[in-house]
Amino acid sequence: MKNNLLKNAIWLLIAILGASAVGGIALNRGESINALWFITAALCVYAIAYRFYAAWIAATVLAVDQTRATPAERLDNGRDFVPTNKWIVFGHHFAAIAGPGPLVGPTLAAQFGYLPGTLWLLFGSVLGGCVQDMVILFLSTRRNAKSLGQMARDELGPLGGTAALIGTFSIMIILIAVLGLVVVNAMKHSPWATSTVAATIPIAMIVGIYMRHFRPGQVLEASALGVTLLLLSVAGGGWIDGSETLRGLFDHAGLTLAWWVMAYGFAAAILPVWLLLAPRDYLSTFMKLGTITLLAVAIVVLQPDVKMPAITQFIDGSGPVFGGKLFPFVFITIACGAVSGFHALVSSGTTPKLLTNERDIRMIGYGGMVLESFVAVMAMIAATVLDPGVFFAINSPAGVVGKEAAAAVATISSWGFPVSVEQMQALAGKMGEASLFARTGGAPSLAVGMASIFGSAFGDGLLALWYHFAIMFEAIFILTTLDAGTRVGRFMLQDMLGNIWPKMAETSWAPSVILTSALVVGGWGYFLYIGVIDPNGGVNILWPLFGIANQMLAAIALCVATGILIKSGKFRYAWVTGLPLSWLIIITSTASWQKITSDDTRIGFFAAANNLSDKLAAGTLPPEKAAIAPQLIFNLHLDAYLTLFFVALLWTIVFDMLRVCALHLAGKPIRPLTEVPHSPSQLAAEWVRD
Amino acid sequence: MIRRFKSFWQIVRRLSGDDAYERYLEHFARHHQADPEHVHCQPLSKKEFFKQWQEEKWRGVKRCC
Repeated sequence: MKNNLLKNAIWLLIAILGASAVGGIALNRGESINALWFITAALCVYAIAYRFYAAWIAATVLAVDQTRATPAERLDNGRDFVPTNKWIVFGHHFAAIAGPGPLVGPTLAAQFGYLPGTLWLLFGSVLGGCVQDMVILFLSTRRNAKSLGQMARDELGPLGGTAALIGTFSIMIILIAVLGLVVVNAMKHSPWATSTVAATIPIAMIVGIYMRHFRPGQVLEASALGVTLLLLSVAGGGWIDGSETLRGLFDHAGLTLAWWVMAYGFAAAILPVWLLLAPRDYLSTFMKLGTITLLAVAIVVLQPDVKMPAITQFIDGSGPVFGGKLFPFVFITIACGAVSGFHALVSSGTTPKLLTNERDIRMIGYGGMVLESFVAVMAMIAATVLDPGVFFAINSPAGVVGKEAAAAVATISSWGFPVSVEQMQALAGKMGEASLFARTGGAPSLAVGMASIFGSAFGDGLLALWYHFAIMFEAIFILTTLDAGTRVGRFMLQDMLGNIWPKMAETSWAPSVILTSALVVGGWGYFLYIGVIDPNGGVNILWPLFGIANQMLAAIALCVATGILIKSGKFRYAWVTGLPLSWLIIITSTASWQKITSDDTRIGFFAAANNLSDKLAAGTLPPEKAAIAPQLIFNLHLDAYLTLFFVALLWTIVFDMLRVCALHLAGKPIRPLTEVPHSPSQLAAEWVRD
Repeated sequence: MIRRFKSFWQIVRRLSGDDAYERYLEHFARHHQADPEHVHCQPLSKKEFFKQWQEEKWRGVKRCC
């Protein structure tokens, strides 16, 4: 009794602390606010949500059953189905879900000020993203680790299944294109960044050969070697940058780099996994975990001040980083970190094969997403510790603020965010770059933010090294997502074409491998190409498209979850997934509607296309813009139809789910639940005996 | 302190797959050699096992955004 009282008192304290921290960051209107407030608010919100909401969902809504054998136990084959320690599963799950998304999205959304993005990260994750990941993990565990697409087909019908498959494939294409664009913008005319990123490829190959042939299976040895080489390559890049003869080799325009990224993606999709993909993934995972830990420590030690205002005037839709009002675009820009449909693909199919006991579903599904959301909050801090003027100078495309440095600083200063050419030049010099103007995509500004945090915490003299370390860190796991994604896309395409001509499905038949890889690379390569030649930066168009696709996939996952909850007779709990689903439907549909119909040329695809064709017809475009205008016009039309397609796909699956639920509630026959019957867990019994 | 470091090291090895072959041998001893029908089966060599393990690991969606 006394113990209980103490526990309640502690949780009450956490609740009060959390509420004051959230209130503090929401109501602060001073010059700056300490980043520790963000960390406190985040930790309290996560702790309370995990302790109460997640526990209630696990116990009451899902009714996890720790006496029930999981697929890992029943189908244990010592290979892919293996009952694994929960911390190990957590590590694998987190490494799989956390990519570059939670770093880029918050950085871009910082143009609205720190507040909207932070609140959406905190509450979107605990009420939406974490719930989605946990429920899908649970449902897949109860269905022998089936994938999201299979569950959609089995539980809703062929329509839902097909929609999930097409949704997955399209988001993959858009995701890779936008990530490729982020890397290209980080390497543009930067010999240091380009040579460091280029060096990661031979380094990965050395590691791959080491653990395949030289010392088979010695994963840690090989990784330690690789990480050392990576750190040396960051320093080596500085040396190349200083050498007059060598730096020319790595000093390229965006378009050249884009072609190289495409060539790389194609090579990675057809080369054996052990040579490039697997070793690169080891390196990127180690770098990712190490750097994120370092960033957390640095923020807590240094306690930097956030200088961005809570809310900027750009909530009216006039922002330079991307066009569109606060609602719905903050919810589209920040997908990963708040709710990300992509996670449903890992939570189904991959992670359930390792799960030893159902009681760990809360920690792995909900807890894993909580940690990703925390990473996103740190990215938000790193972006907002910069002077707002500097932030906008780095992230505003030349097409919006002007090509010349003087024009850009004049425009940005006129918004009330003072910045000067000298300040930008001094900063670029410190970071070892020629210029930091119009380096859109989020990676450079995040790297500047991280470098200044690391620099103040661990020594200011090494800013250029920290900056390029941060760029390398972002680039290496962006490229990992890029090559893993291209490969998955290739397999999916081979599978789909196999339905027409079975020979295409043979994953080792060279003509099929080359054709499908080329098609996938061609798909994202096209969007990357357009993004690079677009004077407005490309990110402006591609990132919202990616956000819409990712939220659409989340909506598909939540449709499957809600449908299954209702079919299992849990109608009164269906709001747990139904509420986030409704919110996603609202924001995705609103954003798509605006993207298609808005008269604002910075938001509406058709408006921008018409505006450009009018100018082209009137002959008012300068010659270099007139040359690419037809391509841009075509692309804007394509993007509009693609958005229309996404939203149609979303509504198809929503209606399919509602149809199934209505039939069930009316007592009419529907597809039966495909849950595997209960069989008692031996492992749980053994543990009880121990 | 040393014990803590050891258990941390074990987690790192397990997470990275450094000890995958050792675990495979254990699994093999438990499930195959105990069975009289399979008593003549030999486990895979480390190199062969690692090859298959790596191929297996990279099937399906393993990395997100």
